[in-house]
Amino acid sequence: MQSNSLKMRKAVSRLVKVLATLSAVIGLVALIWILMTVVSRGIGSLNFEFFTELPTPPGMSGGGLANAIAGTLVMTVIAAATAIPIGMLAGTYLSEVGKGTGMAEFIRLVNNIMIGVPSIIIGIFIYVLIVVPMKGFSGLAGAVALAVIMLPIVVRTTEDMLTLVPDSIRESALALGASRWRTTFDIVFRAAKNGLLTGVLLAVARVSGETAPLLFTALNSSYWFSGLNEPMANLTVTIFNYAMSPYTDWQAKAWGASLLIMVSILALTVTSRFIMKRQGRQ
Amino acid sequence: MEVMAPKMNKINLNMPAYIEEPEYADIAMSVHNLNFYYGENQVLFDNNLDIHKDRITAIIGPSGCGKSTHIRTYNRIFEMYRNQRATGSIYLGDQDVLSQSVDSTLLRRRIGMIFQKPSPFPMTIFDNIAYGMKINTNVRGSELAGRVEDALIRVALWDEVKDKLHSSGTDLSGGQQQRLCIARAIAIEPEVLLMDEPCSAIDPIGTAKIEELMLDLKSHYTIVIVTHNMQQAARVSDYTAFFYQGHIVEFGDTQQLFTNPKNSQTEDYITGRFG
Repeated sequence: MQSNSLKMRKAVSRLVKVLATLSAVIGLVALIWILMTVVSRGIGSLNFEFFTELPTPPGMSGGGLANAIAGTLVMTVIAAATAIPIGMLAGTYLSEVGKGTGMAEFIRLVNNIMIGVPSIIIGIFIYVLIVVPMKGFSGLAGAVALAVIMLPIVVRTTEDMLTLVPDSIRESALALGASRWRTTFDIVFRAAKNGLLTGVLLAVARVSGETAPLLFTALNSSYWFSGLNEPMANLTVTIFNYAMSPYTDWQAKAWGASLLIMVSILALTVTSRFIMKRQGRQ
Repeated sequence: MEVMAPKMNKINLNMPAYIEEPEYADIAMSVHNLNFYYGENQVLFDNNLDIHKDRITAIIGPSGCGKSTHIRTYNRIFEMYRNQRATGSIYLGDQDVLSQSVDSTLLRRRIGMIFQKPSPFPMTIFDNIAYGMKINTNVRGSELAGRVEDALIRVALWDEVKDKLHSSGTDLSGGQQQRLCIARAIAIEPEVLLMDEPCSAIDPIGTAKIEELMLDLKSHYTIVIVTHNMQQAARVSDYTAFFYQGHIVEFGDTQQLFTNPKNSQTEDYITGRFG
């Protein structure tokens, strides 16, 4: 009886192992498939012109997506420059200043809800808030939409990373005569440095693939931007438009743009993992 | 505030008049009717205690008796936590450190603290020690380097680290990290050094070095050490307080307390009958 149940347990154990391995393989195959498709279809479009020239009218070959690359960079940088400082300070409030207060609990709750809000809703929100009063789509509205999406992610990761720093470090700094803010910025931030940097990079990676919020805000453009108050070209909406178009040249460019975004996100993620590894070694 | 009134409490009366004390030891700190609460939960009850200047006072007692909580009031480090509260007074000179008119940052420059878990800052060995001086004093440049070296020499760490001052303090061994923390604390020259079970995470060799260091440091610093190790208390301290369930059961000369305790609870504890 006993040996029977032992056999049974071993069989179940093997079965679970096989199922788990199989699931992992399926996930991996899907990922590799996507990667390979994007690379094989996109690599052909990535020539020098792709990065330096403006798009050509449909039907004409050649040209590039330089304006969209620049627009995505500009909007991402503005969004990051707005959301990162505010988000990090808010995260600092949650972890260091307001910890345990009702106010902090409330902000944390709202922030967690914000993280879950679909990005298209953020897009509509900014459309009503900025696009309608300004009477037009604009790069500024696009940047604000991206910032709103980034903000709660930065708040959450900052709080998480600061909370990981043991209280013994804070006590040591305070016991040495450091004020509360010096303890936070000189010691706690330094201890959490790599984690904070990782959080920021992942937040940037997250927004660099957003399309829906830009459709309602920055829209798109075939020209170089001449100001933040005009529609601004960007990679994701370009992919959306070009991939749906009947022109093979545009479709090829959409693949190229997809590859570019994918590689950028991959680079951000790998960098952040590398930084986290160094944190672990410390 | 020249309070320092003559103390009329049981503990002082307990102090035998015949303690052999070649030179008269001044009082560095004096605790009066200290009560402590975690939220609604009272954990210290009417603690009264005199800490003698340039001596080592050990605080012993079973786990959870409030010994760490007691010394965490001396530099008000407990204020970091929202629901912790102390009442009573603790005099450092003629100042009541628990009074809100005393700035806690300035207070902590005068009362250093070493914690159970060595906690070097995430920076180089040099910067670990320089940090306290940078935020508390105007010492800079070559004088700063000299003071860092002095502090490391005083804790007998200089020879071990002089070739790697600019590598991370967190790469040192546990015992070295704790001596680094002691160097960091004494570099800003506090009057009192609080040690909260400083050797509980350190191996025996590291512990021996730290005990040796304490005996060396007491010529300049008043030291209060919390320890669960009675042998350690007996080895290093001049005075010992025995805590039980938040009360100071007995306080006196270390030798006398260990060889001839007045209280039966103290006797039970030091002979290992409980705790």
